[in-house]
Amino acid sequence: MADQPTAPLYGLVAEFDSAPELLDAAREVTRAGYRKTDAFSPFPIHGLADALDFHDRRLSLIVLLGGICGLLFGYSLEYYTQVISFPENIGGRPYHAWVAFIPPAFETTILFGAFTAGITMLVLNGLPSPYHPVFNAPRFRFASQDKFFLAIEAADPKFNEAETRAFLTGLHAREVVAVEE
Amino acid sequence: MEGSQYPKGDFRAPLPIIGPGHSFRSITNKLTSVVLTKNTPKAWFAVMAIGFVLLNGLMIAITYLLFKGIGIWGTNIPVGWAFPIINFVWWIGIGHAGTLISAILLLFKQDWRTSINRFAEAMTLFAVVCAAIFPVIHTGRPWLAAYWLFPYPNAMTIWPNFRSPLIWDVFAVSTYGSVSALFWFIGLIPDMATFRDTAEHPLLKKMYGVLSLGWRGSARHWERYEHAYLLLAGLSTPLVLSVHTVVSFDFAVGIVPGWHATIFPPYFVAGAIYDGFAMVLTLAIPLRAMYGLRDFITDRHIENMAKVMLATGLVVVYGYSCEAFFGWYSGNEFERFMLKNRMYFGPMAWSYWVLILCNFLVPQIMWSKRLRRKTWAVFTAAMFVNVGMWLERFVIIVTSLHRDFLPSSWEMYYPTKWDFITLFGTVGLFLTLMFLFVRVLPLISIFEMRTLVTDKPAAAPQVEGH
Amino acid sequence: MTLDDIRTKLNGLEGRAYWRSLEELSGTPDFQQYLHQEFPANAAEFTDPAGRRQFLKLMGASLALAGVSACTRQPPEKLVPYVTQPEEIIPGRPLFYATSMPIGGVGMPLLAENHMGRPTKLEGNPEHPASLGATDVLAQASVLNLYDPDRSRNILNLGNEATWPTLTAALQTALAPLRSAGGAGFRILTEPISSPTVIDQMETLMTASPQVKWHQWDPVYGTVQGGAPDAQAIYHLDKADVVVSLDADFLGFGPTAIRNTKDFSSRRRMGTPTDALNRLYVVEPSLTLTGANADHRLTIKARDVYGFATALASALGVAGVPAAPAVSDDAGRWIPVLVDDLRAHHGRAVVVAGDHQPAAVHALARAINDAIGGTGTTVVYAAPVVATPRDGIASLRELVTDMNAGAVQLLLIVGTNPVFTAPADLDFLTALKKVPLRIHLGQQDDETGDECQWHVPEAHYLESWGDVRAFDGTVSLIQPLIEPLYGGHSFLEVLASINGVGGQSTQDLVKGYWTKAFNGQTKTKWTLQDREGRPFPTVDAFWRQALYDGFLASTSLLTGAVPTPAAPATPLSLTPPPAMTGLEIIFQPDPYILDGRNANNGWLQETPKPLSKVTWDAIAYVSPRTAERFGVMSFQRSGNGDLPLVEIQYRGRKAKMAIWPLPGTADDVVVVHFGYGRTRAGRVGTKVGQNLFTLRTSAAPWFDGGVELHETGEKYLIVSTQNHFAMEGRAPVRVVEAEEFAKNAKAVAELGAERPGPEVSLYKPFEYNGHKWGMAIDLNACTGCNACITACVAENNISVVGKDQVERTREMHWIRIDTYYEGDPSKPDGVYHQPVPCQQCEDAPCEVVCPVGATVHSDEGLNDMVYNRCVGTRYCSNNCPYKVRRFNFLLYSDFTTPELMAQRNPDVTIRSRGVMEKCTYCVQRINHARIDSKVQNRPIKDGEIKTACQQVCPADAIVFGDLNDPASRVVALKAQERNYGLLEETGTRPRTSYLAKVRNRNPALS
Repeated sequence: MADQPTAPLYGLVAEFDSAPELLDAAREVTRAGYRKTDAFSPFPIHGLADALDFHDRRLSLIVLLGGICGLLFGYSLEYYTQVISFPENIGGRPYHAWVAFIPPAFETTILFGAFTAGITMLVLNGLPSPYHPVFNAPRFRFASQDKFFLAIEAADPKFNEAETRAFLTGLHAREVVAVEE
Repeated sequence: MEGSQYPKGDFRAPLPIIGPGHSFRSITNKLTSVVLTKNTPKAWFAVMAIGFVLLNGLMIAITYLLFKGIGIWGTNIPVGWAFPIINFVWWIGIGHAGTLISAILLLFKQDWRTSINRFAEAMTLFAVVCAAIFPVIHTGRPWLAAYWLFPYPNAMTIWPNFRSPLIWDVFAVSTYGSVSALFWFIGLIPDMATFRDTAEHPLLKKMYGVLSLGWRGSARHWERYEHAYLLLAGLSTPLVLSVHTVVSFDFAVGIVPGWHATIFPPYFVAGAIYDGFAMVLTLAIPLRAMYGLRDFITDRHIENMAKVMLATGLVVVYGYSCEAFFGWYSGNEFERFMLKNRMYFGPMAWSYWVLILCNFLVPQIMWSKRLRRKTWAVFTAAMFVNVGMWLERFVIIVTSLHRDFLPSSWEMYYPTKWDFITLFGTVGLFLTLMFLFVRVLPLISIFEMRTLVTDKPAAAPQVEGH
Repeated sequence: MTLDDIRTKLNGLEGRAYWRSLEELSGTPDFQQYLHQEFPANAAEFTDPAGRRQFLKLMGASLALAGVSACTRQPPEKLVPYVTQPEEIIPGRPLFYATSMPIGGVGMPLLAENHMGRPTKLEGNPEHPASLGATDVLAQASVLNLYDPDRSRNILNLGNEATWPTLTAALQTALAPLRSAGGAGFRILTEPISSPTVIDQMETLMTASPQVKWHQWDPVYGTVQGGAPDAQAIYHLDKADVVVSLDADFLGFGPTAIRNTKDFSSRRRMGTPTDALNRLYVVEPSLTLTGANADHRLTIKARDVYGFATALASALGVAGVPAAPAVSDDAGRWIPVLVDDLRAHHGRAVVVAGDHQPAAVHALARAINDAIGGTGTTVVYAAPVVATPRDGIASLRELVTDMNAGAVQLLLIVGTNPVFTAPADLDFLTALKKVPLRIHLGQQDDETGDECQWHVPEAHYLESWGDVRAFDGTVSLIQPLIEPLYGGHSFLEVLASINGVGGQSTQDLVKGYWTKAFNGQTKTKWTLQDREGRPFPTVDAFWRQALYDGFLASTSLLTGAVPTPAAPATPLSLTPPPAMTGLEIIFQPDPYILDGRNANNGWLQETPKPLSKVTWDAIAYVSPRTAERFGVMSFQRSGNGDLPLVEIQYRGRKAKMAIWPLPGTADDVVVVHFGYGRTRAGRVGTKVGQNLFTLRTSAAPWFDGGVELHETGEKYLIVSTQNHFAMEGRAPVRVVEAEEFAKNAKAVAELGAERPGPEVSLYKPFEYNGHKWGMAIDLNACTGCNACITACVAENNISVVGKDQVERTREMHWIRIDTYYEGDPSKPDGVYHQPVPCQQCEDAPCEVVCPVGATVHSDEGLNDMVYNRCVGTRYCSNNCPYKVRRFNFLLYSDFTTPELMAQRNPDVTIRSRGVMEKCTYCVQRINHARIDSKVQNRPIKDGEIKTACQQVCPADAIVFGDLNDPASRVVALKAQERNYGLLEETGTRPRTSYLAKVRNRNPALS
C-alpha cells in the first residue's frame, strides 16, 4: 500500500500464488544479494531453503548427544541401584546382570533422543513466538492455507524500500506490502 | 507415482491416493470444516454416547476394584494373569500401527500414509492410554504399584528390580507413550496454525493460536521441522519394535511352558502391527463415511492397509506354526503336553481354533483384489482380526497357565462380569478419546495433504520433487 | 439386692478376676441377676425412670471398676511351665506348659505355647509315649475352638441369662427329692470319660445314691456295632515286619494314630537301598489313609471282612474258628500268601482289626495274633482306659427307653450333642422332651442345649483343670493356659457341687484326688514313680514333677507298667454279624468335623479331606464304576464344579448327598460322612453341607446293606483343592520297588535320567558361608495325614477363605499334600502323597520376575517374601513351577473379630489384601534359635530348629537343617540314593528335596 507506515518498518512482504513462483522469486532475491530474507508457505517446499541459501545441520549432532546421554543415564541408573546402592541376591543372578539391563537402557536412549529432537527443533526455530511482525501483513493468514509469501527485512543492508518494492513486483508478486515491526 | 503404463480403466492400475480436482484451498476448507463446522454428524453423537456409557462402566469397575480387591475378577492360582494382562497386550499391540504408519512408512517414502498417519497416531496414543491402565490396576495394591515401579530416590534406598521384564515394560511403555505424544504434537503444529488462521470464533483462534506456538511456515522453520520429523521417525522405528519385544519378554522370560519361547519377540511385533492395522481400518472406514472423506482416505489406502494386514497376518501364522514345531521338536514333555492341551484335549482348546479362524482363515480373503476393494469385506476381516488377536493373548496366557508343571495344581479359569465390564470399559474410553480428538483436532494432516495436490501441473514436479 | 450390695461385691472382687470385655463384665453373676430383675424379665420396671437411672449408674460404676483392673489373663493358680520358670517371662518369648486334650475320652498329650498368657499353638509332648512330640490335625485346630467367638458365653435358663448360684440352687432343689429315692430318675449322659478324678467323683455320687445311672454317648469314638471288644489292643508296630489291617484305619484316624504312625513309619524310613522295610496288607471296603500306604490292598465290602478274618484264622489253624464262609477270588488268592508271610514272620507280625468292625472280628484278630505270636510282642491287650459303659449305642438306647417310660426326672447332658447325633431310629428328641428337668453342659449352645431348660457353657480344656488317660493308659494332666474366656464351667465343677464339695477350685479337686492316690487312699491303685521308676519322696515333689511332665510316666501300658490282663477271647462264643444284602452303606465321621462338634472351626472346614481334597462339605464316596452310573465319567475334574446329588434311601429314610468317585472303593458301596448339616453351630458351620445322621440307626451305626441310590437330577457344588490326580507320565513322586532298588541303587535317579542336570546355569552359583537352610521330605514315611497343613495354619496365621474362594482355587495353605493315583482307578495300583511347601529354590524363578524386588534371597539362602514391599503383580506365582505361592485376592485376614486376634502368633505378620505370601521355612523359629544361640554364645544345634510342619509330623517325614553342617540329619538324608529334587530339570535347584517312595510288595501277589 502507498500510505506510509507510522511504526518503524519491518520490511516488505510479497505474496505469490504458487510454490514454483515463490521458489523462483526466492532464487532471484538471493541472487540479487539480499540476505535478511524469509519465505513462508503452507507446506514444506523442497529446495526453498537452498534458494534462500539457508543451511543448518546442527540438529542431528545434538540429537545424537541426547541419545548418548540417555544411554549413559539409563545404564548408570541400573548399575548404581542394583550393584552399588542396594545389591540383592535375586534368584541367584549376579548383581551386575548386564543382559537384563539392556532393555531399559535402550528405552532411555530413545526417550532422551526423541525429546532432544523435538525441543531443539523448537528452540532453534525460536518457537513458541507469540508475536512476529510478518503477521501484520494483511493477507498473511493465507500463508497457512494456500498462499506463498516472501519477505525482505528493512534491516537488510541492500534494503531500499522503493527499489526493493520495484524488484519484488518485478518477480510477478501478486502484491507487495510494507509491514511494520 | 501415477502408474501411466496401465491402459485407462484397467483394474490393475493403482488407485489414486487423493481424489481428483483438489486445490490447496479445497483441502484446507474440507479438513478444517470437519472441526470448525457447526453441525456435527448424528453418527458422531451416537458413537460418543456408546463410548461414554462404556467408559462409565470402566469407572464403576475400577472403583469397585479398588474397594474390594482384585478378587472380584476370575483370576486365581494357577492362572495369576488373565483378562487385565490380555487387555494390556492387546491395546499396546493396537497402538503399534500408528507409529508404524507415521514413522516406518515415512522412512520408506510411502506417501499414501499422509492421509491416515494423523489419526493413526492419535489411535496409538489412546491405545497406550487404555493399555497403561492395566499394569497398574491388575496389581493387588495399585496405590503402591503406581509409583513403586519407578526408580525414585527414597530413604530406604529400595529400588525396582531391573531383572524383571515388568520393569522393562514400565520403561518401554512410558517411553513409547511420551514419544508418541511428542511425535503427534510436532506433527500437529502447522495444522494448528491453519486452524488459528481459519477459525472465526476469537476463543478458538486464541486456543489454536497457543497450540500453534506462533508457527508461521517460514522456510527456515520448515527445513528444521522436516529434519526433526525425520529424526523422530528414525527414533520411533526401533522404539516401536522394542516395545512389543519387551512385552513379549514378559512371557518369553518366564519358565511356563507356552511362554518360554524365543520366537515371541518377532511374532509379537508382527501381531501388534497386524491388529494395529485392523484397528486403523475399523476406524478409518466408518470415519471417512461419516465425514465424506473418500477423496482423502481413498480405496487405495484401504487396499494398501489390507495388504499389510495380509502380510503381517501370515507372519503371525508363521509364528503359530513355529510354536507348534518347536514344542514338538524340543522333545520336552511339558512343552508337548502344553501343545496338546492347547490344541487338542484341553478344556480351552476351543479358544485356539476360534483364534485360527479369526487370524488365519478369514483374513485370507484379502488375497482377492476385488474383495480388497470392497470396504465391507475389509471391515469384516479387520473385525475378525481384532477379536482373533485378543484371543491369541488369551490362549498364550490362560491356557498355558492353567495346566503347567505339576498336575496337582491344574485348575480352570472362569472370568467374572467385572472382567468383561473392564475390558469393554476400555473400549469405551478409547472410543470417547478418539471421537473427541476427531471433533477438536484435524484427523488428517492438512499440510501434508497439500503436498499431494497434483492438479497444478506447473507446481507438481517441484513440489513432489527431490 | 441393691446397688450398694453390688458395688461392695464388685469392690470385693479382684479386677483381674473379671476384666475381659464389656459383655463379660456385665456377665458377673450378681449384675446378671440384678439386670434380670430389672428387665427384660419384668420389663414394666424399665419404664420406671428411677429403675432405669439406677441401672445406668450401676453400669457406670462397673465400667469404672473395669477400667482400673489389670489386663493380664494369667490364671490365678500357679502353673508349672514346661521349660522356663514363670518368673522368667520375657515379653516376646513364649512359655510352654504341658497339658492334654481329651478326645473321645482319650487324652492327646500336648505342650501349649503361651504368649503373654495367650495360648497360641499346641505341640505334642515329646516325652509322652502317646505322642513323642507329634500331634494331629484335630489337636492343632483345637486352639481355634478356644477362641471361637460363637462359643456360648452365658448360663441360660429358658433362654434368659442366669447365674451359677441360681443354677446350683435349682439343681440341688431338683435333686433333693431324687436323693431320698437313692437317685432314681437322675441320669447323667456324658462323652466317654477316662479322667480318674471325674470317675472318682462319679463313684462318690453313685455310692451316695446308687440309683443314679451314668450313660455315655459319642457317635464317633464311643459307638460300636455288634458289641464292644472286651479288651483294647495296644500295638507295637515298630516291632512288626508284617502288618495286616482288617478294615482298620490305624494310621489315619483316632487318638492312637499318632503313636501308630510313629512306630509304623520308623520301619519305612530307609538309610541304604538294602534296608529292610515292613510290609502292610490292607483289607478294606473304601480307601483310607492306611490303605493308601499299603503295599498290598484288597477291596472287599465291610460286611465281608468277618468272612475274610474267619478264613484267615482257619487257614492259620486257629482253634475253634467258626466255619469260614466263601470268600471272593481275590481274597482266595490272598489268604495263602498272607498265611505264608505271617508264619514266616512269627512273633514279628500283627493283625489289626478295625474300630468299626464287630467284636467278633476283634476276637478273631486277637486269636490270630495269639497264633502268630504277635500277642505280647507286637500287640498287648489291656483293659480299656475309658470308663464303662463303652457300648454307647446300648447305653443310649437304655436311656431313651427310660425317658419314654417317664423314669427320668432329671437329665444332665455333658459335652455330647445327642439331639443332633443320636441314631435316627431312637428319636431322641421326643424322648428328651418327656424329661421334666434337662440340664446341658456344652461349649456351644447347640441343638441339644436349645432343647434343655438349662444350658451351661462348658470350659475348653485349655481353660480348666483336669486329668485324662491316653490310649496307652498314661495318666495325663490337663493344665489350663488361660482363665475361662466366656465364664465356662467344667463337668468336674458341676459334679463337685452335686456331691456337695462345690466351691473349691478344680485344681484343688484334681490335686486332691492325686494326693489321695499318692497316699494310696483311692479305689484304683496307682503306681506313681518318676520316669526313672523311682518313687517320689513327697506329694509336692510328685505333683510338681507330674505337672512339669504333664503325665505320670509310670502309668503307661506301653512303657513300664505291665498291662492288666483282660478276659481271653473266645471267637466261638461270639455271634457272627448278621448277613447283609444289597448295596452297602458305610457311615464314617467326617475326618475333621467329626460328629459336627468342630463345625464352627474354619481351619478344619478348610483343611482338605484326605484322598479327595474336598473342603467345606460332606460327600458320598462311591467307586468310579458306580459313579459312572450317575454320569460322573472320571475321578478327576478339570476344575471345581457341580457334582450330581443322589438320593440315598435306607430303611425308609432318605437323604441327599453329592457323590465323589474315590478310587479304591468297592463297587456297590456308598461311603457317607456324617457331621455336616449343623443347625446351631455358629457363623462358620451353621447350614453347611448335608446332615447324614438322619440315616444312621442304632442297629447298624457303621455299615449295613439294603441301601438304594437314586438319581435326583440335581447338582451340588463341591470344591476341592486338587482336581487332577494322575501324574500324566511325569514323575513328581518317584516310586521304586524295594527289590529293584536293592539291586540298583541308581533306580531313583534313573527315573529322572533323561532330563538335563539341575546345575545348568549361565551364572556362578552364590556362596552361602554362614547357615544354609534346607529340607528333606521322606515320601516313604509320609502318610498324608494333613497335620502339617493345620500346624502351618496355626503357626503362620494363615487365613480361612471360605467355600466360594476355594472354588476359585484361592486357598491359602502354605503347604499342601498332593495325592496321586496310579493304575486302574477302580483298583488303584498305588496312592502317593507328596507334601509340597515352597521349595526355596537357589535360582528362584519367582524372584527374578518380581518388578519391585519383594521376594529376594537371604544370606542364608531363604527365599524371603517382603510383604510390605509386595504390590501383588502375581508374576512370581505364574513363574513358580510348584505353584506354592498364595495370594490375598481379597481381604482374607480377619482384622475385626477381637476373639481371633488373641489366637494369632505374634511372631508372624498378618497379611493384608493384595499381597503374595508363601512358606518361609518358619523363619520366625529360625530367628528365635539364632537369638538364643547368640545369647548363649554357641552355634545353633542340629535339630534345634523345627519347622511347624516338621514338629507336628507323626511320621517324622520332614527334616529341616543346615546344609553347611556336615553332621546334620538333613545332609545325611540328602546324601541318600533316594534323594531327588522336584522338577529339578527346570533348573530351579530346589533347597527342599524329596526321598523317593519305596514299595515293599510281596512277589507272591504281584
